[in-house]
Amino acid sequence: MATTAHAGTVDPHKGHHYTTTGLDNRKIGLWAFLGSECMLFGTLIATYLSYKGKSVAGPRPHEWVCAATNVVSDSPIANCVGQMFTPILDIPVTSASTFVLLMSSLAMVLSHNAVVHKNVPKNTFWERVRGSSKLWLAMTAFLGMAFLAFQTYEFTSFYHEGLKLSTNLFGSSFFTLTGFHGGHVTFGVLWLWTLFAIDVKRGLGPDDATNVDLLALYWHFVDVVWIAIFTLVYLIK
Amino acid sequence: MATIAAAPTYAPSTAASNTGMWSWITTVDHKRIAVMYLYTSLFFFMFGGLEAVIIRTQLIAPNGTILNAEIYNQLMTMHGTTMIFLAVMPLSAVFFNFLIPLQIGARDVAFPRLNAFSYWVYLFGGIVITMPIFFALAPNAGWFGYAPLTTPQFSPGVNIDYWVIGLQILGISSLAAGFNFITTIINMRAPGMNLMRMPIFTWMALVTQFLIILAFPAITVALIFLQFDRFFGTQFYAIAAGADPLLWQHLFWIFGHPEVYILVLPAFGLVSEIIPTFSRKPLFGYPVMVYSGILIGFLGFGVWAHHMFAVGMGPIADTMFSMMTLLIAIPTGVKIFNWISTMWGGALRFTTAMLFAIGLVSLFTIGGISGVMHGSPPADLQQTDTYFVVAHFHYVLFGGSIMAIFGGIYLYFPKMFGRLMNETLGKWHFWLYFIGMNLTFFPMHYAGMLGMPRRIYRYDGGQGWELFNLISTIGSYMLVVATAIFVYNFFRSRRSGAIATSDPWGAGTLEWSIPSPAPEYNFAEIPTVRSRYPVWDIKSSEHGAHEIPHGELGEIHMRDHSMDTASTEVEPAPKSAKELGIVLPNNTVMPAIAALSIALSSLGLVLMRNENKTVGVVWSVVSAIMIFVSIYYWMTTPLEDEH
Repeated sequence: MATTAHAGTVDPHKGHHYTTTGLDNRKIGLWAFLGSECMLFGTLIATYLSYKGKSVAGPRPHEWVCAATNVVSDSPIANCVGQMFTPILDIPVTSASTFVLLMSSLAMVLSHNAVVHKNVPKNTFWERVRGSSKLWLAMTAFLGMAFLAFQTYEFTSFYHEGLKLSTNLFGSSFFTLTGFHGGHVTFGVLWLWTLFAIDVKRGLGPDDATNVDLLALYWHFVDVVWIAIFTLVYLIK
Repeated sequence: MATIAAAPTYAPSTAASNTGMWSWITTVDHKRIAVMYLYTSLFFFMFGGLEAVIIRTQLIAPNGTILNAEIYNQLMTMHGTTMIFLAVMPLSAVFFNFLIPLQIGARDVAFPRLNAFSYWVYLFGGIVITMPIFFALAPNAGWFGYAPLTTPQFSPGVNIDYWVIGLQILGISSLAAGFNFITTIINMRAPGMNLMRMPIFTWMALVTQFLIILAFPAITVALIFLQFDRFFGTQFYAIAAGADPLLWQHLFWIFGHPEVYILVLPAFGLVSEIIPTFSRKPLFGYPVMVYSGILIGFLGFGVWAHHMFAVGMGPIADTMFSMMTLLIAIPTGVKIFNWISTMWGGALRFTTAMLFAIGLVSLFTIGGISGVMHGSPPADLQQTDTYFVVAHFHYVLFGGSIMAIFGGIYLYFPKMFGRLMNETLGKWHFWLYFIGMNLTFFPMHYAGMLGMPRRIYRYDGGQGWELFNLISTIGSYMLVVATAIFVYNFFRSRRSGAIATSDPWGAGTLEWSIPSPAPEYNFAEIPTVRSRYPVWDIKSSEHGAHEIPHGELGEIHMRDHSMDTASTEVEPAPKSAKELGIVLPNNTVMPAIAALSIALSSLGLVLMRNENKTVGVVWSVVSAIMIFVSIYYWMTTPLEDEH
């Protein structure tokens, strides 16, 4: 009777904890959710790209704009009377925030690793550091928060340079796209602190590996979306 | 056929947790959620039908006077919105909820509380979007709400606010259900229920859920842009700021065309259950039915711009989208021929369910053929925005989805409620639907070809449209009578219909192996599946009897499956979950509160824009806190007791 030889160690006929694939239900649900999220960010990014260069007024991502005449140029405009908008995007600063977010994914991997190997004896100082799930969860959360701080700084300075949500198509599509990503990072940070709180309260062990794994999956996804945004919005002119 | 008006063969469970209003509000049982979906969506179906009948009455003769243009627009918009998002989609969800766990041999869906949440979000979203019509403030820009028409510049009123927010809420419901059902089907199948043994309904449900989770984000984003334009002053659809007037159309139809298959694939699935059952034959070409369903799903994402041939996309885009559109006719045609081949040489029984299924096969074919006609851009340029298109999509949605859904209700009523629906009334229902449907929608082809535009609230005489409109309106009254017969039959059968056995139709799939109505735990013991029609195997093979999945099945013997669908034999009452030691999820009110809070917080946005900013902000913040608290309690409470 080969048909009953399935993954999962629990007797399938009892019905409990048995799954067809042997994977946790939540994991499959999360994968489906992330598939849906791909379409969400895909649509946001596609709209940003199709509106690129279509703004009729105001600051632009990579070009100088003379406010009075709406002349657009790849270099500073010499004879512009009155306000001249400089290119809005600050690539060095965003490169730093991108690095921070990528490092948070590393910390996330280490958190998961620490939880999985919680019961392995640790002898040296470095083994204890590497095995501390609290440290790495907090590290991931702090790096995520640092990214959000960069984003807050970025949004504030853009605002002062004259770019608002309602200024032009660039403002609308840029803030909506990056704002949605920032919202996802914020949700991930809350999730991280929740797991951290559980870790402090009762300690996470190998039995919780799936719980951390789910968060890691989400976190890496949000990270990958940022790589797409950074490349398509910031780096490509 | 005797109608036995006795008590059910066994008393339905009367445990304290299972009776009363509160038990329904807090339930997480997929079967009870299905029943709630059924009542709610039937209500909205009749509400949308009423709107349609008022529209038809206005159009019965030239220069109708009962409606003005504004109210007509509201009724027309709400008819479309109601039928698609509040009637047909949730009517399909009735069967997703009820059937998926039963057909794959599971005790419930993967996330029972999320399932309850989906229902409540649907209910409250439906209320948000429907309520304004009682104040003559309903959405009025058509069901596809083209921007820039719906931007604050052209639709300053509160009407579109309700539409945007209502659809956004309904999207949450569909997406949550999508993740839930995908996980359920992939991960909770009984041993031996491999993918190619899954009933076709479950297969089509799986394809539909993938369409939902991949297509809905497009409309979510389009609606977010519109929401931001309306509430926060962005310029996504502001033409003066350089916006693309086609952005909405593209985003909407990237969702909107898969949506067509979201509406009709579950219907195909139901028909694929009904026809083999009443032909006493396995489905012809099972694997091809699966592949064609998947292919329809894939192609469905590549044809959206055939809704936009008239906007001038250029010959290359028109040609590509036309080719993709015509390609879809192939897998759809395959399905039609497979259903016919299933009936070919079968021992046909023309029950009401079977009649509705055959109704789909014939009517959907007509709608499919007119679809091929305007799949071709030159023809489409003549037909676009005329009544021809209205005729086409009512043939596929009424002739397709609605026919199959009613067939499904007649088929599964006994499994839901333990009684059979009256067949005589059912046949009246079917024939009045079939004739009324054709009377209503067939003349629209001619009116459209004669140039009658859709969405007009009145027309001058002398253009040759009078007769066709008169016939259409008479047909729509027949549909009202038929629906009234159905409602009478439904409640009468609910109370005093003939008692159903576990398998009153002699069907072969797993849901018919358990008692009717299905016990709360579904399967006393999770079955092991060895074929596509496990119940037929058991009944036709003696030596299989000792490997029966459900203890109760041992008593089933080959019965005469002629028209005798009523039972005279009394089946033993199924044991309660407690007696069997089965732990079921606990009831909880948190999903309902979370859903209510989501609807309330969205209404805060409407307040913010139209009434008082401070009140709106406070309102939204308070409801956001309610969302957070209810979800916190939901997440921190275990699903079921320790055991």
